[in-house]
Amino acid sequence: MERDHTMLSFKGVVTPDLLTSVLQIMESKLNHVEKSNKTKKKVYNVLVECLQNLYHHNEDIHGKDEGISFLFSKSALLMISKNDDHYEVKTGNYILKENTKNLQGKLDNINELSKDELRELYKATLNDGKVSSKGTAGLGMIDIARKSGNKLEYSFLPVDKKYDFFCLNVKIN
Amino acid sequence: MEGSPKTPTVNFNEESGVLEVRGRSIPENSVEFYKPLNEWVESYGQSPKSVTTFDVKLEYFNTSSSKCILDLFKLLENLDGNNTEVKVNWYFEEDDEDMEEAGEDYQAIINLPFKMIEVEEI
Repeated sequence: MERDHTMLSFKGVVTPDLLTSVLQIMESKLNHVEKSNKTKKKVYNVLVECLQNLYHHNEDIHGKDEGISFLFSKSALLMISKNDDHYEVKTGNYILKENTKNLQGKLDNINELSKDELRELYKATLNDGKVSSKGTAGLGMIDIARKSGNKLEYSFLPVDKKYDFFCLNVKIN
Repeated sequence: MEGSPKTPTVNFNEESGVLEVRGRSIPENSVEFYKPLNEWVESYGQSPKSVTTFDVKLEYFNTSSSKCILDLFKLLENLDGNNTEVKVNWYFEEDDEDMEEAGEDYQAIINLPFKMIEVEEI
């Protein structure tokens, strides 16, 4: 972990309390290692959205012990590392296979857009009036892409007949 | 309302017509947090001051808050011209292009006069 410059890693169920703790730890660490306020805010911002994706996503997982257990399917991975010229926020979580295609399409679409196009998509999505019962608005990934300034790296690993494992790697520099 | 690590401090002075939101806004459930704010604005709209000022001094906000902030702007947009003139002051920290852009994005959507104000620290 030292060699990889890991600042924090976590595996387990994401709860609001955990979210608060991770953000507090990371804020304090960033204050020590990062001089640029701008970069600090970007990393923090990306982290907030990634964590909230993990948290809200958990609510989508319902079910019983089919293949992997219920608790197992609700747990997530998070890793934040600092490299010479960039930070990386990596997340991993289970996703119902039926949602994979939709998410993949969304990410591919985001990755094709320029900085200005992303901004327009954000504005259009913000203003289209749709908001889920969780208060999420389909803006998270667009915002992550905008703040990071890089393409979103992702993969879907097949787990069993019900789940895939979704890995997201966000670089911020 | 006092701020918390995840929610901003909110001051609403009905005497002066100034609504101020300051700090960070990153709650998991933004809808819940912003609901009382919307209600205050609606009730204030019954007999508003001649000038209503919305001071936005946010360090950052999550995407779930961004939708709620837009709704708040829309309520204020509806008030504008109904016995009150609504003005928005959007504060952002030096070199914080992301927050500056966020303000400009709202400005493009909302039909209210925005003043962009750069400050050293919020």
